[in-house]
Amino acid sequence: MTPEDHLRAFLARAPYIRFLGMTAELAGDELTGILPFSPHLIGNTMLPALHGGVIGGFLEMTALAPLAVTQSTPRVHKTIDVTIEYLRPGRAMTTYARADLRKVGRRIANVHVEAWQEARSQPIAALRGHFMLAED
Amino acid sequence: MSDPNPNLAAAAAMATEVPQAAALGFQMVSAANARGVMHAPWREDLVGDPETGVIASGVVTSLLDHCCGMAITAATGERRPTATLDLRIDYMRPAAPRAGVTVEAHCYHMTRSIAFVRAHAWDADPADPIATAQAAFMLAGPVGPGTGGAA
Repeated sequence: MTPEDHLRAFLARAPYIRFLGMTAELAGDELTGILPFSPHLIGNTMLPALHGGVIGGFLEMTALAPLAVTQSTPRVHKTIDVTIEYLRPGRAMTTYARADLRKVGRRIANVHVEAWQEARSQPIAALRGHFMLAED
Repeated sequence: MSDPNPNLAAAAAMATEVPQAAALGFQMVSAANARGVMHAPWREDLVGDPETGVIASGVVTSLLDHCCGMAITAATGERRPTATLDLRIDYMRPAAPRAGVTVEAHCYHMTRSIAFVRAHAWDADPADPIATAQAAFMLAGPVGPGTGGAA
């Protein structure tokens, strides 16, 4: 299977990813998570702004996606912990995120993810997390 | 102990009308004494791993974040706009297959501008959590000159 195949399989696997409407693209070894805006993602109707949980869930899926590509097994990697920092309101527009695999050990991976909308230099949120790698 | 405030209950119930909360089917259980309890029923389209049928962690993230907001409402007695500053979640274990999730959040300290909240999530037994969380929120001030914008 190619990296693209692994990514497609990851995105197709979880019904929750379809619920979010999330996609992702690979450019070489760089993976970008993409979350098109949809009204059901709103958490604050006055601003309006994306729900904090939506941003958190999207960041977490973007952390898991490159692990699914590089550490491919038929089983799912499990989240141990995440810390999400909210930097700016997520506006009613497409959100992008990119993960940085800081350390991939034998059993545990440490991943940082940053999300942005109009400009990558102005991130809306960041996530740091530990993930338990599934064994074959 | 008791806090039978119908206005508070109504304010808290509005939390389930937020589009993301409605899309996930969040149900309010209780809101009183700086604590909020909410439930997210299991649904096929919210599953994280179809092999196990376990609800996605992203749903738990949304419920934790949302319920923390409701605990702040239960602490202040009114719905004030809040912005999440940070949210730390530890996942103890996966939820049971085809199980919904319930969260209790407690706003244990509040300053004029910041609320500190702890929460835990469980599937069957509150004493056997699937996840715990710690969060800080910024409170929008009372509406007045120069306030009200989240940035």
